[in-house]
Amino acid sequence: MMRLLSLLVLLASGVAHGAEFGTLLAEKSSIAFVSKQMNVPVEGAFRKFTAQIVLDPARPEAGRAQIEIDLASIDAGSEEANEEVKGRSWFNVRDFPRAVFSSTSVKSLGGGRFETGGKLSIRGKALEVRAPFTLRQEKDILTVDGSFQLKRLDYGIGSGIWSDTSVVADEVQIKFHFVLSPTRK
Amino acid sequence: MIPDRYTHTAIALHWLTALLIVALFPLGVYMADLALSPLKLKLISYHKWLGVTVFLLLLLRLAWRLGHKPPPLPDGMPLWQRHAANGLHLVLYLLLFAIPLSGWLMSSAKGFQTVYLGVLPLPDLIGKDKALGDLLREVHEVLNMTLLVMLLAHVAAALRHHFIERDGILARMLPFLDRGDSK
Repeated sequence: MMRLLSLLVLLASGVAHGAEFGTLLAEKSSIAFVSKQMNVPVEGAFRKFTAQIVLDPARPEAGRAQIEIDLASIDAGSEEANEEVKGRSWFNVRDFPRAVFSSTSVKSLGGGRFETGGKLSIRGKALEVRAPFTLRQEKDILTVDGSFQLKRLDYGIGSGIWSDTSVVADEVQIKFHFVLSPTRK
Repeated sequence: MIPDRYTHTAIALHWLTALLIVALFPLGVYMADLALSPLKLKLISYHKWLGVTVFLLLLLRLAWRLGHKPPPLPDGMPLWQRHAANGLHLVLYLLLFAIPLSGWLMSSAKGFQTVYLGVLPLPDLIGKDKALGDLLREVHEVLNMTLLVMLLAHVAAALRHHFIERDGILARMLPFLDRGDSK
């Protein structure tokens, strides 16, 4: 009996481990954003980032994420915009090369939707953000899709002449798409 | 003798277009070489809005022209002048169509949608494509230089008719001259 029980426990833990996704498929993942310039939506993206995400679709609440974005890898829509936003009045990538998100919680919103909360640090300023996301599992691939809005001026992104929000809106929509395979053991 | 005049509507549309082109041309030349700034983004947007307006005015003019034939050219006008006048007008219409179109396409190719007056998004007819965007910018510039030359010819011809031939051609298109017999 004891042997049967311990076998069951072993099996159960084996299944649980097998369902944990923690390997990022970087080429298939993306962090994009949409800003508004003169009310014109302009798409952008960060080409380089690392994301340490551990998620078990059976227990999403136990998930955690640490995402680091290389801000100099920004594609803000045009070459001159790319140069501009790396500069002092925007991201100031020389002094603050990375943006970091560290999750502190994941909760279910119901209907297959979840929300992660955590701290997002940009330009040396850490602020609470919450981002809803969905999960889609196909065999050994787990896809995390979500988006949230931040206010660039909360972080001092685009100061001086650029703080005029009638030209570049304060709100920026961030869209993330992470593709994960099971944790390698 | 003063020949028949253009209708009030045709005159208004003509001069409104002229005014917009006088604003658009230097605005375009000036903003193109500005370093990126909020001012540049504003000017580019204003330029696009004005350009879309010229395009809309062109469509209105063509629709109006279908129902209101322009007044005939004077009987004594030599054949070559008739051909030159009609040809030049045709070229101007084509340019007023092609220039805003090239600007709109250029904008889409560069990845910036045109949102008329900041509220009405125009569809992107082509996707983002940097090489195509650069090419369309060249096309936009060449078409505008052509327009500049054609407009100089247009104005020179009008002034020649007015001051040298004195055949009343210019007066047909001047506002505020009517004697109450046109509509």
